Order: sequence, then C-alpha cells, then structure tokens
Amino acid sequence: MHKIFKIIIWIAVLVLGVTAVSAIAFNRGESISAMWFITAALCIYAIAYRFYAAWIAATVLAVDETRATPAERLDNGHDFIPTNKWVVFGHHFAAIAGPGPLIGPTLAAQFGYLPGTLWILIGAVLGGAVQDMVTLFFSTRRNARSLGQMARDEIGPIGGAAALIGTFLIMIILIAVLGLVVVNAMKHSPWATSTIAATIPIAMIVGFYMRNFRPGRVLEASVLGVVLLLLAVVGGGWIEHNQSLRGLFDHEGLTLAWMIIAYGFAAAVMPVWLLLAPRDYLSTFVKLGTVTLLAVAIIVLQPHIHMPAMTQFTDGTGPIFGGKLFPFVFITVACGAISGFHALISSGTTPKLLANERDIRMIGYGAMLLESFVAIMAMIAATVLEPGVFFAINSPAGVVGKEAVDAITKINSWGFAVSVEQMNQLAKDMGESSLFARTGGAPSLAVGMASIFGNAFGKSMLALWYHFAIMFEAIFILTTLDAGTRVGRFMLQDMLGNIWPKIGRTSWMPSIIFTSTLVVAGWGYFLYIGVIDPNGGVNILWPLFGISNQMLAAIALCVATGILVKSGKSKYAWVTGLPLMWLVIITSSAAWQKIFSEDIRIGFFAAANDLAAKLAAGTLPPEKAAVAPQLIFNQQLDAYLTMFFVVVLWVVIIDMLYVTYKYLVGKQVLPITEVAREPSCLVENWVRD
Amino acid sequence: MLEKLKAFWRYIRRLTGDDAYEQYLKHFVENHTDQDGLTKGVLIPLTREDFFKEWQDKKWKGIKRCC
Repeated sequence: MHKIFKIIIWIAVLVLGVTAVSAIAFNRGESISAMWFITAALCIYAIAYRFYAAWIAATVLAVDETRATPAERLDNGHDFIPTNKWVVFGHHFAAIAGPGPLIGPTLAAQFGYLPGTLWILIGAVLGGAVQDMVTLFFSTRRNARSLGQMARDEIGPIGGAAALIGTFLIMIILIAVLGLVVVNAMKHSPWATSTIAATIPIAMIVGFYMRNFRPGRVLEASVLGVVLLLLAVVGGGWIEHNQSLRGLFDHEGLTLAWMIIAYGFAAAVMPVWLLLAPRDYLSTFVKLGTVTLLAVAIIVLQPHIHMPAMTQFTDGTGPIFGGKLFPFVFITVACGAISGFHALISSGTTPKLLANERDIRMIGYGAMLLESFVAIMAMIAATVLEPGVFFAINSPAGVVGKEAVDAITKINSWGFAVSVEQMNQLAKDMGESSLFARTGGAPSLAVGMASIFGNAFGKSMLALWYHFAIMFEAIFILTTLDAGTRVGRFMLQDMLGNIWPKIGRTSWMPSIIFTSTLVVAGWGYFLYIGVIDPNGGVNILWPLFGISNQMLAAIALCVATGILVKSGKSKYAWVTGLPLMWLVIITSSAAWQKIFSEDIRIGFFAAANDLAAKLAAGTLPPEKAAVAPQLIFNQQLDAYLTMFFVVVLWVVIIDMLYVTYKYLVGKQVLPITEVAREPSCLVENWVRD
Repeated sequence: MLEKLKAFWRYIRRLTGDDAYEQYLKHFVENHTDQDGLTKGVLIPLTREDFFKEWQDKKWKGIKRCC
C-alpha cells in the first residue's frame, strides 16, 4: 500500500512537471506567471535527484557508506574534519554559488526566456550536477586530491598541466568581467559607488572585531557587519541627495576601473583577516539572505514574465552580445547549468569535511540543483521587466547610440515598446540619473528584484531595494575578485617556484608583490579594454569567460570519464561522456565562430580587420580612432586566447581517449590511485555536535 | 520546540565557524590527552586568539570561492 502511494506521488510530480514545462514552452500569450518556472524547476529537480542521482550514486559510483572518508581517516582538527552533512552542504553551496548564475541568465534573456530556462534545467540535471557529484566522489576516494592532481595521476602530466593553466586563465578572465559588471553598475551613480565603497571599511571593522576585539566570535561580528551594510545602503541615498558630497562618488567608468584595479592589488597583498575573510562572511550572509528573500517574494507574489519566449535575436543580431542561439545560449548561461569551477571546490575543499560517502549525492548533486534554482530566479527577475526596458538597460551605447532618444528609437524599431519618459521615470524611481547602457546584468537584475520586492513592500522603497540589490551583487563580486586574485597569486607563485624556488615562498614579500602585480595586471588589462570599448566589453569578455569555464568543465568530465573506464565501468561511461561530448561540441563551435566568423560582432579577427580598415580609411570619429589601435590588438589577443583554450581542451580529450583506448585493449596505463578501503568507525546515526 | 531551536542555533554556529575553537579543544582533549587528563609532553592547546588566527589564515590558502 505504502509503495503504491509513493508511485502515485511520483507520477503526480512527473505530470505536474511535464505540464509546467509545456506551459513555459508553448505559451505565446502576452505574459506568463513565474510560478510555472518555479514548478517546472522543482519537479525536474525532484525527479532527477530521486532517480537519476540515486542511480548514479548506487550503481555507477557504488558509494559505500561503511567506508571511512578522508575526513575520518586523516582527521586533524584543522582542515580534515568529519562534519555534519548539512554543515558541509552549507559550506559547499556558499563556495560554488557566486555571481555567475545571476549574470549569465540575465544576459541569455536576450534570446527570450525559453532557451536559457531550458538549458538551466537540463544542463544542471544531466551535466553540472553530475560533474560536481562525480568529482566529489573521485576526490573523496583519493584523499581529497585536487582536480589538477587527479588529472595528472590518472590521465598523465599533460592533463594535469592543462587543468592548472586553464584554471589560471579562467580566473583572470572571470575577474575582469566581474570587475566590468561592477563598473557598469557604479558609473555616474554616487549612491551605488558610495555604498560599495563603504563595504571596504565595514569589512575592516568586522575583521578587527573578529581578530582582536572578540577573537573568533564570528557570528557577533557578522551581525554587526550586516547592520552596517544596510546603513550604508541608506547612507548612499543621503549622499546621492547631498550636492557637496555626491561629486566625490560621481565618476566615469575608466576612473572606477582604475580604482578597482588599485583595490584588487591592495586586497591581494593585505593579510586575509583584514579584508577578505570578513568580507566573505558578510557576502555569504547577504547572499543567502537575499536569495531566500527573492524565492519567497517570487512564490508569494507570483510576478508575470513579460519577455517573449523567443526574441528575434536568436538569429545572432542581439544587442548585448552577437551570436546565434546555438551555441551562444549555452556559453552565456554557463555557471547556472554547468560550471567547471565547481570541480575545483568538489575536489580538495569539500571532501576534507565529508563524514560519509552516502552524503555525496546530497552535497554534490543537491547543491548544484540549488545553484541552478538561483539561476532560474535570476532569469525570472530579468524577464519580469518589459522587454523594451530590459534592452534599454542592457544595450551598450555603441549599438543603440549614446543619446536616450536614439536608443529608444532603435529599441522601438526592434518591436519593443519603451519611451524616454518611461526610462526617465524608472531611473528616478530607482534613485539613478540614468539606466541606459548599464550592460552586464547587475543593474537589470537589480531593477527586476526591486520591482518584485517593491510590490511586496511598497513603491516608496524602490530606490532602496535597487541599491540593496546592487550592493548585494557587488559585495560578492568583490569577494570573488579578492579571493580570485589571491588564488591566482598562489598558483603563479607555485608555477614560477619551479623555475626560481624563492618565488615559490608564499610569504616572501617581494614575491607577493611581484606575482600579485602580474595577476592584477592580467585582469586589469582586460577590464581596462572592456571599459574603453564602446560596445560595452561584456560582449567580448562574457563569451570568453563562458568558453573557458565550459572548457574547464570538459576537463573535469574528461578526468571522470577516464577514471570510470579505468575502474572497469565502461558501460556507464556515458554518464559523464555524454555531457562531455555536448560541452566539446558547444565550446568548439563557439570558439570556431569567435575566431573565424566573418560577422564583425562575432569573429575577433573580423572585428579587428574591420576596425583596422576603418582606421586606415579615416572614417572613425576621433574618440573612437584614439582607442582603435588598442581595441584591434585586444581583438587579436582574444582570438589567440580562444584558440589556446580549444587546443588545451582537445589535447586533454585526445590524451583521455588514448588512455582509455590503451586500457580497453589491455595495454599498460597509469594505475588507478584510489586509496584502499578502510571500514568506518563512526557509528551509524552519528552527528558531531 | 526549544530543542529544535537549540539544534538550529548549534547548526548556525557550526556552519559559520563560530564554535570552531570549542571543536578544536574537544579534538585536542580527545587526541592529545592521556587517560588521567594530563596533557601529553609539552603540548598545550592554542589560545582562542592564536587558534583563530591560524584557522583563518589556513582557510584562505586554496580555492574557496568561485563564479
């Protein structure tokens, strides 16, 4: 009886899920309720988690709950600590969820709500969550070794080196594009700029509190910090209206870019306790709190989506970034569906805390489903806006024109209704002087969030909500920027340490300054170019980031597929092999187009050649001609960088295929490095608290 | 109800690392102490301040945050 009841429930979930997906897919009306999105997502996650993930855990990986994990065997009270599964889940989710799943879906909304939403759901369930889970499993079986180490041990030195270099370059591109998003949110906005600036001294106060005043009292300090942050949002409004102070925070994009570069360098050199660690506490609290609030607001208010299912920009002519639906929707959504970066957290950090292998499904697969859900909410927040408003905020001046009237005329010509008065009123409501050309996703997401929250708490607070949302995004973008620069520095010190051992000493000041300068110069360059580029920079940097991130995911899936085959589980290799094939298809074809396309909005070389021809002919306006040589050089550099990514990817794939071929025909391959089984001594219902 | 709230509070403290020092002391007592409760050899546990410094510095040595 009980069993029949369960079957009926799951059939009901399936029917509901299919209904919701069909409602989203076939709706061609004026608008559609956001509840369909939430329902479709929850049903798909539930079925995937209950059946597919459980099958992978039990049959493909064969998790063994009686086997001691590295956390138990190597327990040292510092980094290897067997920990309650919900605590590990919390740490893991806080680590993987960054600004990516907020920005990617917002940009992908250019194609309409449907393509991005489908990929966020399908990609996460069949690709991203699988990648996170199998990587966590393989790392757990190998004493919590990192992805790079596993690649080297199981595939060979080439795979290891590729993973290392790939990670380093992704970090550089990622930081640059995130910096650009913050700059676009802050330019000529004294409110946003002063609020974001205030997060720096607030983090330092919290840092001192935790380190010196009340050592280790993390919660007290964080509560203090969150209260100060909220005051900073309100205080920013006061500065906005104060004629003498607002000038201090009213800057051009380029000035702000230089400030971010200086800040990034300072943050990388400073001790972690002063800025990075306390900021991370604040950003984690604000992030979890806001995401929960957004989920509650969407479920309670059930806002309507106004964006069409598909826009005409699936043909590749979109204003935010050029390129057709295939492959660019996959490259753009990136982290909300599959993120190679997660493999770095799933290997190394999380397995050191895992108390029992049976929790691998919940932590590896479950946390990625939650991240995918965040991406769905970002998609909802972006598409509740009238499409005309969405495109007015996100289209760069280089595409629609600098003047409001020109931009509106252009957007109207695409068939999206919006007027200058409407945009002025919206900017006024949000406490901004203008919302045009704020490319990057953060401002349109903030407007979307503000209008959702505004419906719940009254219109008078729209400006506060907008700047709260901007602060919310900026604070963890800056955390990623700090943490990424620091990790980049460690990686560089490690790599250069092989050539000159002294550089490898991570606490040697000259080495710290030298390597930090190199890392900051790397992302600072791309940020600088992105800011001076009249087409917004995001159109170049985000696809580059997407390609590199999907490439890293492909490397992680290569390692996993190689290990599956070598473990004698070739018949299950499709579990990682199929998402791998798909990633290879989308990254390779996107890279091919970025390099060879004749369309100047897609192909890097085509854009460089076009600009060079115009410069030679003297047809460029003077301000464009001044920056043209830099832009030409940058487009060429980006083309070579893309080529490098694809070559690295294919080298790893061929390496992996060669290893599996050798294994299957019975030749000698690197031995499997799984640590021998030891029985777990932790009792069955064990909870460590 | 009160028990549930207490468990939730313990969970929050564990998640944020607020009780990391207490956990460390517990680990220390379990692993570095003789039967009679005396500390082995010259090993004495770190002070709260020193422990926190070490814990925080160590936490940021690897990749902890991503996109």
